Amino acid sequence: MAPAKPHQSAAVAIPVPDKISVSLNVNGVDVQLDLAPWTTLLDALRDRLNLTGTKKGCDHGQCGACTVLVDGRRIVSCLTLAVMKDGSKVTTIEGLAKDGMLHPLQQAFIDHDAFQCGYCTPGQICSAAGLLAEGRAKTADEIRELMSGNICRCGAYPNIVAAIQQVMGHS
Amino acid sequence: MNAYIGTSTSRIDGRAKVTGAAKYAGEFNIDGLVYGAVVESTIAKGRIKHIDASEALRVRGVLDVLTHQNRPRMADASAAYKDDVAPEEGSPFRPLYDDKIMFSFQPIALVLAEEWETARFAASLVRVEYETAAFTTDLQAQRNSAFVVEKPESHRGNADKAFAAAAVRHEAEYFIPIEHHNAMEPFAATAIWDGGGKLTIYNKTQGVQNVQRYLCSVFNMKPDDLRVRSPFTGGAFGSGLRPQYETVLAVLGAVKLRRPVRLALTRRQVYTVGYRPATIEHVAIGAKPDGTLDAIVHEAIAVTSQHEDFSRNDTAWSGQLYKSPTARYEHRLARVDLPTPCDMRAPGAATGVYALECAMDELAVALKLDPVDLRLRCYSDRDQHTNRPYTSKQLRECYRQGAQAFGWSKRRAAPRSMRDGTELVGWGMASGVWEALQMETAARITLTANGHAEVASAVSDIGTGTYTIMAQVAADLLGLPLDNVTIKLGDSTLPLGQVEGGSWTAASVSHAIAKTAGEIRKELLRLAQAVPDSPLANATVDGVALVDGRIVHKRAPDRAVSIADAMRQGKVDRIEREGTVQFEDDDSHARNTHSAIFAEVKIDEELGVIRVTRVVNAVAAGRILNTKTASSQIMGGVVWGIGMALHEETLLDHRFGRFMNPNIAEYHMPVNADVYDIKVIFVDEPDTRINPMGIKGVGEIGIVGTAAAIANAIYHATGKRVRDLPITLDKLR
Repeated sequence: MAPAKPHQSAAVAIPVPDKISVSLNVNGVDVQLDLAPWTTLLDALRDRLNLTGTKKGCDHGQCGACTVLVDGRRIVSCLTLAVMKDGSKVTTIEGLAKDGMLHPLQQAFIDHDAFQCGYCTPGQICSAAGLLAEGRAKTADEIRELMSGNICRCGAYPNIVAAIQQVMGHS
Repeated sequence: MNAYIGTSTSRIDGRAKVTGAAKYAGEFNIDGLVYGAVVESTIAKGRIKHIDASEALRVRGVLDVLTHQNRPRMADASAAYKDDVAPEEGSPFRPLYDDKIMFSFQPIALVLAEEWETARFAASLVRVEYETAAFTTDLQAQRNSAFVVEKPESHRGNADKAFAAAAVRHEAEYFIPIEHHNAMEPFAATAIWDGGGKLTIYNKTQGVQNVQRYLCSVFNMKPDDLRVRSPFTGGAFGSGLRPQYETVLAVLGAVKLRRPVRLALTRRQVYTVGYRPATIEHVAIGAKPDGTLDAIVHEAIAVTSQHEDFSRNDTAWSGQLYKSPTARYEHRLARVDLPTPCDMRAPGAATGVYALECAMDELAVALKLDPVDLRLRCYSDRDQHTNRPYTSKQLRECYRQGAQAFGWSKRRAAPRSMRDGTELVGWGMASGVWEALQMETAARITLTANGHAEVASAVSDIGTGTYTIMAQVAADLLGLPLDNVTIKLGDSTLPLGQVEGGSWTAASVSHAIAKTAGEIRKELLRLAQAVPDSPLANATVDGVALVDGRIVHKRAPDRAVSIADAMRQGKVDRIEREGTVQFEDDDSHARNTHSAIFAEVKIDEELGVIRVTRVVNAVAAGRILNTKTASSQIMGGVVWGIGMALHEETLLDHRFGRFMNPNIAEYHMPVNADVYDIKVIFVDEPDTRINPMGIKGVGEIGIVGTAAAIANAIYHATGKRVRDLPITLDKLR
């Protein structure tokens, strides 16, 4: 806690929630964090673990920029309190490339110019990785539908679909 | 010589973006970082009677709460808050300046805390008492008091009289609601003390030097003491042209606490930093039965704030596109109690051309002419406003290639005459036009003897591909592989770069690089000529080129000196040059980009659900530097056109004077499932008059006309003309 300010000293402090120890495996690394229950997984990743590749676009689960994989499933990390995921395995965009080799989706996004500003991109790629794992999408229409939780304001959608199709074709 | 210019080159910043390594303004974590949270006004107009932060200050971890009463000193004069892009008339909003409330959600306090969650919680505990004043946010209620701020183009003849006498007439009112940019990255600023009283601010912006000048003015700081950086910008679309309030508040916090401060706005707060103004468009076109025009009248009324006159002439393009002996234009503003509108992708054109191109479609119906045919009958090879020829205008070719790619010749003219199962099919088209602007810009090139070049300019890459095209141009002109070129941008300490807007960056920075590369070539030639028995002894700087790491005689390529040898001989290990390019104000020709957009919609006949199943956008925009990133620009513009036509509308509750849907769920914009097949065509448009490299820029042209093509397709599918955007399914009932 910061040193009390003169104008605060007379009054009784309003407490904030006590911190709880949370264990996560993030991108293959075990981490232990002391987090308040009100801290989202998104803020824990960005502010505590400096994994800023996961983006905050709305903080309301409306845009998908914060999508990460938790135990292999894609979720919006802004609507997930970090304490709820104690003991979980989290994969963020920083954890997709292996030994300097890009994940096929990352390479396909570059090849197809499936982004412009890049801010929705980590969420798009994590979402696409989750989609591939689900095995539900077979056609372009199904990809479009199942990727509609990830908004791209630059409008790269056709290229995003093409990138995912390229990877689906090879897997 | 052109190994890269004109090719489909992948973004050089792609790897940083797909791996999460690219850092945006709110992502510079640093020890001791303080987090800010904004308290917003709950009333639309009035003043703060009393603001009580005592409870917020008692929250453990809260460091301070800044209001207009206790903030550090800022400039008083309104003029000190005028940035490079501020409207000429009016007084810019001064955040936390005084007790005055000018719009709902206005920032009125900044909570500073050790953690973000604490700051946000404490912000909810700040108590405010207001004195409310009467307000209005309704454009329709204010339209009769609208006023002219700048005279549009001169009138030609008596358009009203010619319209009244015309054989075939079309007259209608069109409406575009308030729209918000909704770039995926919310505005954010991180202000960091560098030591020695110097501040670096990482900010989401389209113009680092604009923000730097603005902050120096507001805080009376020396230019050397304040640096603004924006290496990556998560979209902006015009919303980042002006400095926004988060940057002022972050600096206020940093100055007050002498600590680093980050302020990232919430999505709702981003809705107060600017928007496309709601606009009423009245268009009247009179024609002869053969489809030549007698008269065009175009009057627009757009909203602005009470405190600034934001005016973008919506009628500029309606007057330019089609041949008409008479014309009258008027652009007026109506004041409402909202934040000042701002530029949003193709400001003025996206709205004005929407109205014009829907009106042309309606005229074509009245004339029983094919919509493309009508446009060809009143096609103009000269800018109708000024009667100047164009530096180039391949719009005819856009119509031809676009129609061919789309299959337009198979269109049946009658509405409701095409269907696919249970869906009605509609085909519509429109023209697009934007300006080809270019601005004074500087670049610095540092070439090292190992064959690497660093190219630096204070321009921005807001997703447009600036990093990549700069590298392409530099690589070609310096004769280096792309990988040997490093780009620095988005830093106020770099050579002059303008705000990234108006589609002018590609042409401007490319020529700055070309000019500076010329200086590098000159120096290399001087060094090469000092080599004993130099094969380039008599060569001139224009007679040599830099190719594959060598200085090569253009007409005798076997006469060459390697760059490394020349530099070794001259005993230099680096050559640094900075050049500024200015563009001559050549008024003899008009400079524009053009497009023809063809759209197919499929509409469920019973439910009214509208799908835009195909769009072909054929664009004439001079020389295309990078077909991959340029196509993406146009594709993105088309997606914006789909949103404008079908989804986007910021709703106001006039009783509260407040935006009702300031979030991404209720402000509808296209998602992946809304977007089907988009084909982008660049027609060949050589243009050596506009600038030496023939570059025009493609950031805006993609949206212009697209909403009209879709609206026209919806009419063709259903026989129902909806002129108020967005065209939601309820309006088709």
